[in-house]
Parts: sequence; structure tokens; C-alpha cells
Amino acid sequence: MGVLDSKIPSGPLADKWTKHKNEIDLVNPANKRNIDIIIVGTGLAGGSAAATLAELGYNVKTFCYQDSPRRAHSIAAQGGVNAAKNYQGDGDSVYRLFYDTVKGGDYRSRESNVYRLAEVSSNIIDQCVAQGVPFAREYGGLLDNRSFGGVLVSRTFYAKGQTGQQLLLGAYGAMNRQIQRGKIKSYTRHEMLDLVLVDGKARGIIARNLVTGEIERHSAHAVVLATGGYGNLFFLSTYAMGANVMAAWRAHRRGAFFANPCFTQIHPTCIPVSGDHQSKLTLMSESLRNDGRIWVPKRKEDAIAIREGKLKPIQLSEEERDYYLERRYPAFGNLVPRDVASRAAKERCDAGFGVNKTGEAVFLDFASAIMRYGKEKALTSGMKDPDNNTIRELGEKIVEAKYGNLFQMYEKIVDANPYKTPMMIYPAVHYTMGGLWVDYNLQTTIPGCYAAGEANFSDHGANRLGASALMQGLADGYFVLPYTIGDYLSDDIRTGAIPTDSPEFDAAEKDVRDRMEKLMSGTGIHSVDYYHKKLGKIMWNKCGMSRNEKDLKEAIKEIAELRKDFWENVKIPGSPDSKNQELEKAGRVADFLELGELFAKDALERKESCGGHFREEYQTPEGEALRDDENFKFVSAWEYKGEPSAAKLHKEDLVYENIKLKTRSYK
Amino acid sequence: MKLYLKIWRQKDASAKGQMVDYTLDGVESDMSFLEMLDILNEELISKGEEPIEFDHDCREGICGTCSLQINGRPHGPDTMITVCQLHMRSFNDGDEIVIEPWRAKAFPVIKDLIVDRTAFDRIQQAGGYISVNTSGRPVDANAIPIEKHIADTAMDAATCIGCGACVAACKNASAMLFTSAKVSQFALLPQGQVEAADRVQNMVRQMDLEGFGNCTNTGACEIECPKGISLENIARMNREYFSASLKG
Repeated sequence: MGVLDSKIPSGPLADKWTKHKNEIDLVNPANKRNIDIIIVGTGLAGGSAAATLAELGYNVKTFCYQDSPRRAHSIAAQGGVNAAKNYQGDGDSVYRLFYDTVKGGDYRSRESNVYRLAEVSSNIIDQCVAQGVPFAREYGGLLDNRSFGGVLVSRTFYAKGQTGQQLLLGAYGAMNRQIQRGKIKSYTRHEMLDLVLVDGKARGIIARNLVTGEIERHSAHAVVLATGGYGNLFFLSTYAMGANVMAAWRAHRRGAFFANPCFTQIHPTCIPVSGDHQSKLTLMSESLRNDGRIWVPKRKEDAIAIREGKLKPIQLSEEERDYYLERRYPAFGNLVPRDVASRAAKERCDAGFGVNKTGEAVFLDFASAIMRYGKEKALTSGMKDPDNNTIRELGEKIVEAKYGNLFQMYEKIVDANPYKTPMMIYPAVHYTMGGLWVDYNLQTTIPGCYAAGEANFSDHGANRLGASALMQGLADGYFVLPYTIGDYLSDDIRTGAIPTDSPEFDAAEKDVRDRMEKLMSGTGIHSVDYYHKKLGKIMWNKCGMSRNEKDLKEAIKEIAELRKDFWENVKIPGSPDSKNQELEKAGRVADFLELGELFAKDALERKESCGGHFREEYQTPEGEALRDDENFKFVSAWEYKGEPSAAKLHKEDLVYENIKLKTRSYK
Repeated sequence: MKLYLKIWRQKDASAKGQMVDYTLDGVESDMSFLEMLDILNEELISKGEEPIEFDHDCREGICGTCSLQINGRPHGPDTMITVCQLHMRSFNDGDEIVIEPWRAKAFPVIKDLIVDRTAFDRIQQAGGYISVNTSGRPVDANAIPIEKHIADTAMDAATCIGCGACVAACKNASAMLFTSAKVSQFALLPQGQVEAADRVQNMVRQMDLEGFGNCTNTGACEIECPKGISLENIARMNREYFSASLKG
């Protein structure tokens, strides 16, 4: 096991969490008042953890770079949140959710963590309903469910296409209640620039007040990082513009191992890139694949004619279309997991069947769903022999009720009506399964430093299933961390407040100031975005949907060169002593330029294909991912040793006692 | 297309701001409005000038961060969208575009086009929640059926993104639409009943303390709201407030 101790409790899988909760140390309510916890990031994981820890009696300080905790990017999650409630009576269970998640993650996640996630999933729904989250309901007044990719049951709870928003506002409300009670102090427009260790333990952070430019010291008995993923490394992604890896990377530099950095989710249904000016990509919820059918023309001539605007997609008959997911994966069809759907789209586009100007788009078509719903509605309304137009009108209304806000979003961006002509979609970077290595308690390799939500690595393996990010964020924040952190803090009941005038804080602050000064001293002509876009291109072209040894080696070299150029030349106007968005961006891109290299190195070392990590050298004759359980059934946890090229690999072997490893098949 | 921009520049909260003219060429119709500003900022940086600061984050119309008054209208000329969803195809070559921050006493300018909206957070802190602890063992989610129509109406209110367009659109800089959206969401749901009276009174008190104006039913907020929050919520909040006052 080496230096990595995952601290998985002994005993049968189904009893581990209960047993663990019974055995860990608790902090008595009176002592909780003497203990401070810093939480960085206020999305689903950070917000729910902050509220719960404050309810328990700890003194919580939260930090977010946004102007309000409510704006964290969890808010943009559309489709839903999974829970093993089995309200539909379709055979769902904790075990099935656990099994689907491990299989969906291509057997690269930790069994015990995933089982716990499935176990607490139904509590999440109970908790959120009690908080007044307005989930979608059926006419009988009970909660409605829908289905997502990679599963054969309906276990996804949703609130229109805004589930993340409603769950986050629930957590934000819970936080607000504690802010009002004085148990949470919320620092908005603040960014964590470094982690402070005292005697080897995480004891505070250095933060910058983004409005005044002031550098501040904040101490605590434990620090929780819930700062999301690092997909903005690719420049173009579905992440918020400000999303970054700084907090996690600063912790990594201070000793927290970074796990599986190359495991990135490329989501199949996003609006394609329209030009060089593009600043971000917009996701179209996976829920659309419940009713939308994905296709490209069967004949290349037709694809070319569509690209040139000489042919309209609706002019092609059924026989002239290639519903390639239904053809390749008859059992799951359009609802295969995300990595599979993305790769299949890339395969068709690379083969010359892409349907937009750049040849990088496929169709997502609702015509058959509209007609199917229309017929059903006509029948239930007692209409006899309705004509096609009437059926279509009725069907469009149903589709609008289900996906109206997504269709409107598409129309505003693309200027085309998706009720009348199929949507065009293409894969885009959406989520990172990799992140800070954590043990069963969600503690990183730095004592007292925890990571929750997308910022950690533990639950999704090499590919995350749809509607599981919200589940994990809330599971970590509401139900896991508040228990496990007590075990660590029980040693701190006599410690007293941590002073911020120690040499450790002095040194960390000095590091931060030196780094900012160095950033501001660039002598070149290019802006931060120039470097960020260049990095993004390297990542997308050489470390994107498919990877090979040659490209990865080139990427490592190019990123290192770009990083050097950046540090010498990046041009940042203004001063560090006031609001300065360019300086904020520069600090974030500086860290992406280090992480990018480690990412490529991790991808190079993992000589197998699994989940979102597809190495061209390792595939079956049919082009499916070829996993190598004999040699790569482990978590890569990287230790910082200076330059990314010097990072040291530690392996956590993944033990599957309850699931038999199989080749993932969705055929 | 070529555009003539008049943009509010203000160094910090205490400085006096002013409109500054910029000309921007080569704007394409499928750019978003914020991407147009990105390009202008790149030009400013290359000239060694400080870029224009504006708030934005998700760039897909849900986080509520972006907040520009464009030609006198919050979030610009289109309806039911935020600035980040506004595309340049809504403008023509040669257009003059005036870009300002939200204007309201309760939203002081921080820098350029960025305003301080923490007053909204404080209104929510005063009562925008249902007081339930995270026990993991509340009643089962399906124990209380809620009529679909009620759940849907609560969802419509809950969809508010807290951007502040309602305040910016209102001649009184009133925050009634924002506050009433949260009051309505919980007033409609059975879970929100227990604290209903306290909630509406505390939130309205905080709203007044923050310096937002009163409502005179002009309805500009509803028209400019990117999420289509209905004026009915204000009526519902007034009813809730009145009945809470009677209870004492």
C-alpha cells in the first residue's frame, strides 16, 4: 500500500459505513464551539458541508470567488440527481446504483466509497424535499423520475432542466440560516491562494480579497476544499469562466497527492464551437437523450451537402440516416454512457460524416419523439384520425413541457428552431473525475485537509454517469464529511484558536506575494487569455477524446515551453492592490499550466483505455476501449516534487470484493 | 460589423465614474455580447490600458452573475435571457451601444460595470429557507404528496437567479420581485408553512433596511426578468405580509 492508506473500514460492504460511523470519535457539542473549519468553495459540496458543520456547532468560514455562494457552478447542472429510491418499482436498489456507478466508471473507482454514496443517496432526496426544493412531480403529487445514460432504471429526480440550481439554492438557504445565526462567516469575492501547514497539519489559508486586493490570513483546525473540477484547463468547456484548480493545486504543492488527473469527462451533447471568438461551450442536458435520437447521414455526399447548406437534414429519409448509437449499441441505444457516446460522435465526424460547417457536429433529433408523444396525446384526448400536423403540434407541446428551457437556450445561441430542425451537437469538456486523492474519510494526504465533491477523485472512476455529480456533491457535504471530520477534530478540542502570526503564516504569505509580483513583472505583449487558449488547444488536440503516446509526449514538451514563456512574458495591466480580473485569471492559468503537464504525463503512463481515457494504442478491433486490469487496476496518485516532470507516482490498488470485473458492454 | 460603444468606467467605489467611447470593428453576429467585450478587452490590454471589468461566470444564463444595462435595458434588448445569452445578431453594423452597471442605491458600484449585490444575500439570510437540520432521517420524500400544479408554480418562483435585473428595471429600484419569488416558493409548499409569517416579515424588513424602493406596480421587473418571474408573486407576498401582520 505504500504511503497511501485508504482507511477502508473492515467488514461486509453493506455494513462498512454504519460500522465506521459507530466507531469513529466524535466531538462533544460544547467542544465544537471551540473548533474552526474553513471551507473553500460554496457549491453543492462546500455549501452543504458548511451548513451541516455549522448546524453541528462548529465555527465555519466559507470562501468563494463569486459575489455570492449561490453562484457556484453547481447551479448550471441541468438534468437531475440520482437516488436509489425505487419509487418507480423498476428494480432499483442501493446495490444496483452502486453497481451501475462502478461499471459506468469502468472499474476505476473505490468500491467502499461508491457503496456509501449509493447508500446515502435516498437521504439526499428526503433532505432536499424537507428544505423545499421543488422537484418535478406527477399528477398524483408524488415525485417524478427520468432515466439517464448507462442505466436501465429511472432513478433520476429533477426540477425542470434546472436541478443543480434548485439543489444549490437549497444548500445556499441552509447556509443562510447559519450565517444569520452567526455560525458561518461567508467571505465572497475571495480567492484562496495558498494552504498553510503548521506541524504538518492544514491550519489555514492565505486568501486574496478580490475587491480590495488585500492579502488575508485565515486560520482553522481543518480546511475543506470543495472547489470543483479543473476542466477549464481546456479553455473551452462547459465550466464557468472562473472555475479553476488553484485551491486544489496549491494544496497539491503543499503535499496533497493529485489522483487520476487524466480522467476527464467529455460530454456528448454540447452546442458545437462556432468560431475563434468562442469563450465557453454550452451543455444540452443528457436528459435530452431520453427522447432525442442521434444520427448522421449514411452517405458522405449527403453530409457534405448538408455542410455546404445545399441539403436540409429533414429532407433525408429514415433509410438515408445512420442512427449510429442505436446501430452499434442496440441494448442502450441513445442512452449509452457519456464516454461511449462522445467517442462514437468523434468517430463519425473524423470519418467525414460531420454535419456543420467545421464538420464537427452530429444531429440530435426530436422528430420521432414529437410524433410519438403527439399520437399518445391525440389518443388520450379522444381524437379520431388526427392529421400529421395536429399530431406534431400536440407532440411539440409535450416536448416543450419536458425540455422547453433547453430548447429555448439552444435557439438563443444557435438561432435555429430545434422543434423544426434537428439540433446540432458535439462533445465538450464537462467534468473531471480526477482530483485530490482522498481516503474513506475524504481526507487528503495532508492531515486536516479534506476534499469534497468534484475536487476529489473517489467515486466516479474513469467516467461519471449522468446525474451522479449532484448526488456526490451533496452526499459528501451533507452526509459524509460532517461525520468523518469529527474523527480528526476530536484531537483538537484542547488546541485553542490557531494564531495567524506564526512563522508558517509569514512564509506562506511571502510566497503568495512573491508569486504575484513575479506574475505582474511579465515583459511580453500577450494577455493571459492568449496563453490559456494555447494551452487549451494543446490539451484538446493531444489530450482530448483520444490520446496516443506521440501526441502526449509532444503535449508534455509544448506545455512546459508555454509555461516558461508565460512566466517570463504574460502581460497584466493594472495593480495587484485593487480589483484586477487579469491578475485573477493569471494566477489560475499559471496553475493550469502545471496541471496540464501532469495531466499529459498521467495519460501517458496509463497504457490502457478506460472510461473517458481512450488510448488509441489500446482498443478492440471494433474500436471499443481495451482495459488492462492486470497492470492498471489502480488509482494514480501523484506527489508533487517541483516541476510536473518530477512528480512521483504512487499507486492505490483497487480491490473489488463485491463486483466481478467485466468488460464494459452496452451492446 | 463596426460598433460605437459608450461604456461606464469607474476606478473604484469611491471614484467618480464617466462614460467612455470605444469603437470596435470586426464584430461577428454569432458572437455573444460578452465575447464582444472580451475582444474589446484584448484590444485594450494590447494597448497597455486597463480592461473593462464586468461580472460574468457561467455564460449560460443560470448563475445570475452578469449584469449589464444595455441601451437602458437590463440584459439588453432581447427578452427572457441574461446578457451572456445575448448575441450580436441582435445588433446592426454602425450601432451605438450604451453599456452601464445596474443603477440602484442598494447596489453600489465596485468597479466599472461591477456592482455589489450582497444586499440580496442579506435578504435571503433574513428568512429565505426552511429551518430543517441535516439529519439524514427526515420523513420520506414521498410522505407528503404535493399537487403538481402547486409544485410547478413553486418551481416557477424558485427559478429566480438573483441577478438584480428587476431592481435595475424598476424606477423605484424595488426588490419586491426578487424577495417575493422566495417568499412565494415557500408559501406555496407545505414544508414552508410553519415559518411563513416570520419569513415574510423578516425578509421584507431586511429589504427595506437595504434601501430598496417600494413597489408601484409598473411591472417593468416582470418584463425584464430573464427567468420570467411573474408579478403574481408580488401579489402573493403582499397577501402573506398582510395575513402575517394580522397574526401579530
